[in-house]
Amino acid sequence: MSTNNDTISKTLIVTISLCVVCAVLVSAAAVGLKPMQEANKALDMKSNILAAAQIEIQGQDINQVFDNQITARVLDLETNTWADDVDPLKLDERKAAKDPAAAITLSGDADQAGIKRHSRYKTLYMVKDGDKLQKLILPIHGKGLWSTLYGFMALEGDLNTIVGLGFYEHAETPGLGGEVDNPSWKALWPGKEVYADNPLDPAIGLIKGKVEQGTANAEHKIDGLAGATLTSNGVTNLVQFWLGENGYAPFLAKLRSGEV
Amino acid sequence: MSQVKEVVTKPVFENNPIALQILGICSALAVTSSLKVALVMSLAVIAVTGFSNLFVSLIRHHIPNNIRIIVQMTIIASLVIVVDQVLKAFVYDLSKQLSVFVGLIITNCIVMGRAEAFAMKNAPGISFMDGIGNGLGYGAVLMFVGFIRELFGSGSLFGVEIFSLVNNGGWYVANGLMLLPPSAFFVIGLMIWGLRAWKKNQVEQPEFTIAPNTK
Repeated sequence: MSTNNDTISKTLIVTISLCVVCAVLVSAAAVGLKPMQEANKALDMKSNILAAAQIEIQGQDINQVFDNQITARVLDLETNTWADDVDPLKLDERKAAKDPAAAITLSGDADQAGIKRHSRYKTLYMVKDGDKLQKLILPIHGKGLWSTLYGFMALEGDLNTIVGLGFYEHAETPGLGGEVDNPSWKALWPGKEVYADNPLDPAIGLIKGKVEQGTANAEHKIDGLAGATLTSNGVTNLVQFWLGENGYAPFLAKLRSGEV
Repeated sequence: MSQVKEVVTKPVFENNPIALQILGICSALAVTSSLKVALVMSLAVIAVTGFSNLFVSLIRHHIPNNIRIIVQMTIIASLVIVVDQVLKAFVYDLSKQLSVFVGLIITNCIVMGRAEAFAMKNAPGISFMDGIGNGLGYGAVLMFVGFIRELFGSGSLFGVEIFSLVNNGGWYVANGLMLLPPSAFFVIGLMIWGLRAWKKNQVEQPEFTIAPNTK
């Protein structure tokens, strides 16, 4: 029987029909499940944003909570003004970071977070009470030890006090650098202050060991992650970069003075 | 009926793909740091081995001998993509943790090994059961390794705390090594040792013997 199968025409027929069947199967799965996958992705992002802003979900529908409380708006980091012509739903910051026309290139000392290039447009999320800004949620990312950490940091309306911080994507060592996900470490952030005197130079950062009573500038300091000095340094660097003069600080200054 | 039972249960202990055939070790190292992930990976592999055996067996009389490996690969690859898409749609969190390892089921020797060794020669029904059995054998090892790694590495099982960790104010100092891939080597090695001490017929004959010292 196998000799019949080995003719050229039989081989071609079997191969082509197999490929057609497999292609149909794969495309059907990809196309059919796409809406659910996209919904999952969006839901995941929304729950991360809500977690950084310390908004309790408590069994409510995430989409509903998000739509009720959060407004998204795109910031242009080149001019430090709102870019309302960019749709926050369509903005893909990671793709933009690779496109020289849509990215800001960093070099030397300016590249504190080790990211080389980042998108010119960033989507910021706001919790508003009437017209008053209550919480501002900023996307941040930067190099840790093995990987780039992606996360959100939420600030109070005074644009100085931290509401919360969380990373939604990283590949640091489990149990050491991976402890950035530990709820008890994340609970150290709320209430800390980003800036001391200079509003362009953030004082916030991780220290070696624990912050105790009598630690100098304790209001700007967070416990380092035990056994993960390089991840801790990475977190300090990325937070200082994004809240510094090459990051959001000039925009935050404008926001504070009511210019934008 | 007894044949069905045999092909399903035999790969779990007697002819385990990981413990006896030493196949599929790579993914067993990567996805066993927590039980939940190991369980989803096991189910994914069971589905892929089962259905790839079924489809390969269905068309086994028409597969040209010269390109049979490629034909098997095409079927397996298509199934893996479907499984990956399903995971992304229904268990997004876990599929994020499994990341590339679902895609790497394609290269898992167990799947191709069964397609080539069993499904090419047997009827669809029994081939499907053989695939399920081998998937179960792989899954059993994954769950065993995952149990030990999560218990001693994170002090929990399926994310439920068993030992309270020092980091959270408890007494248990987590064994960080258990969360890193090399620990799976130790666990699998010890498991194979235990299994072969229990079932002596699994011990391999040495391929050569060292000659006595001739002075």
